[in-house]
Amino acid sequence: MDNIAIQADKLTKRFDDFTAVDAITFDVRQGEIFGFVGANGAGKTTAMRILCGLSRPTSGAATVAGFDVYKEAEKIKKNIGYMSQKFSLYEDLTVMENITFYAGIYGLSDREIKERGAKLLDRLGITHEAKTYVASLPLGWRQKLSFSVAVIHQPKIVFLDEPTGGVDPVTRRQFWDLIYEAADSGITVFVTTHYMDEAEYCNRVSVMVDGRIDALDTPSNLKKQFNVDSMNKVFYQLAREAKRSGD
Amino acid sequence: MDAITLDNITKTYNKGKVLAVDKATFTVAEGEMFGLIGPDGAGKTSIFRVLTTLLLPDGGSGTVAGFDIVDQYKEIRNCIGYMPGKFSLYQDLSVEENLKFFATIFETTIEENYELIKDIYIQIEPFKTRRAGKLSGGMKQKLALCCALIHKPKVLFLDEPTTGVDAVSRVEFWEMLKRLKHQGITILVSTPYMDEAVLCDRIALIQDGKILSIDSSENTMKKYPGRMYAVHSLNMHKLLKDLRSYPDTLSCFTFGDSMHLTFREDNDGNVTRLNEYLNNIGHTNLEIKEIQAGIEDYFIKISEPAHG
Repeated sequence: MDNIAIQADKLTKRFDDFTAVDAITFDVRQGEIFGFVGANGAGKTTAMRILCGLSRPTSGAATVAGFDVYKEAEKIKKNIGYMSQKFSLYEDLTVMENITFYAGIYGLSDREIKERGAKLLDRLGITHEAKTYVASLPLGWRQKLSFSVAVIHQPKIVFLDEPTGGVDPVTRRQFWDLIYEAADSGITVFVTTHYMDEAEYCNRVSVMVDGRIDALDTPSNLKKQFNVDSMNKVFYQLAREAKRSGD
Repeated sequence: MDAITLDNITKTYNKGKVLAVDKATFTVAEGEMFGLIGPDGAGKTSIFRVLTTLLLPDGGSGTVAGFDIVDQYKEIRNCIGYMPGKFSLYQDLSVEENLKFFATIFETTIEENYELIKDIYIQIEPFKTRRAGKLSGGMKQKLALCCALIHKPKVLFLDEPTTGVDAVSRVEFWEMLKRLKHQGITILVSTPYMDEAVLCDRIALIQDGKILSIDSSENTMKKYPGRMYAVHSLNMHKLLKDLRSYPDTLSCFTFGDSMHLTFREDNDGNVTRLNEYLNNIGHTNLEIKEIQAGIEDYFIKISEPAHG
């Protein structure tokens, strides 16, 4: 399992008689950028919550960073980073306070926090904003800061839940530069998005439909398989067959 | 007559410290579908709130359906439909109760204007006794649209109706809008998705409170100065770095499975030279072809100063 970051085998989650995640099986390799797409209500969030150690599956098996999702949820949480557009930073804390808070939660020492915090600010070019409240930072900076904070403890895997929603086109691309950098440094990136052009940037993409994974391959193979010229069309072909809708 | 006019509308917050809308000027013709395209924080929602008479502008003037946005706010409120970006119906009323509530407020009934909402409402009718708060995202969106339409408004304001919505539902939603437009309703719609811009009659690109461009989407794309090329190679991440450091490169951005590239100076030898250069530094499966720039290319181009 040395180079497998996430492994799921017939992973299933039921809520009463509703099967939110229906026996999904897949592997994610260490250092891979893995796209996880699907229509609203397809089961992405539920699957992601299980993989983050926040929700217990009904049946099936899965390991994340080598830890079992049933028995070692706490260890999983220590070895992953998480970022979403909806929840990321505390707006009424300053930039540095946010860094200190998250790095502290992940168990970094005071010295590490100081060193890595300074490096992070320098790399984003916002050292002069260390004492600025996050609320008054432009959205694009906030997203980039939020991602950098999510990987400050150098996790094995980072989960990104629609990280680029609403961001301007240039910032969206700068954000992907950060994702590539993280992947180059060996961090596995597990990312959901509604922008299908971003699905093209992933090494491999899985498409969820009604709780199942109906397709999983590299973007170019998926396009060949469905005989179309964009991931948007791949997605459209798969998702319009969906029986259920909603979040 | 124009359905919407804005003349130098300015809106600030925090006692003038935050400039949200900076002298916005545009008009929307009767029966037109007009798109406000821009990222979060561009000022789209502020423009919506000023036009729907929920906020007073700091400066400038405007009209909706011929009524002044300051002096005739009551008239405006009676003849517009507004779907805010945030779900704003009553979560603990049922689907049917919400719809009835909005009909009653506008002194009409569901039956009277049923034809207008029929196409959309039949999709959620099976769940009419369900509380709005328990609906899925897509169904909430459809209910909100029904409630905004139930009094047969002249002008419909839709603030980011498709944000966070998957690609299939987005296509369906725009189909619904097209049908409403054919019934003569003027629509002002905002979106952060540049690919939706082509579905509007005309679009305004907006960033940092400023309107950067107003035109049809076709003309907007044609306004792109110079030639644009799509470049593809086996190793895309390396390609981006190599293209950015190539001396003749003016700009290079990732677009799906290719890089969109412009040269400092357009000439016929560019492609051959670049091909040779990339070949020499080890790129394989190279493909370079001239393409028509899209809305997003143009947006990046004209918003460049904002990114230093």
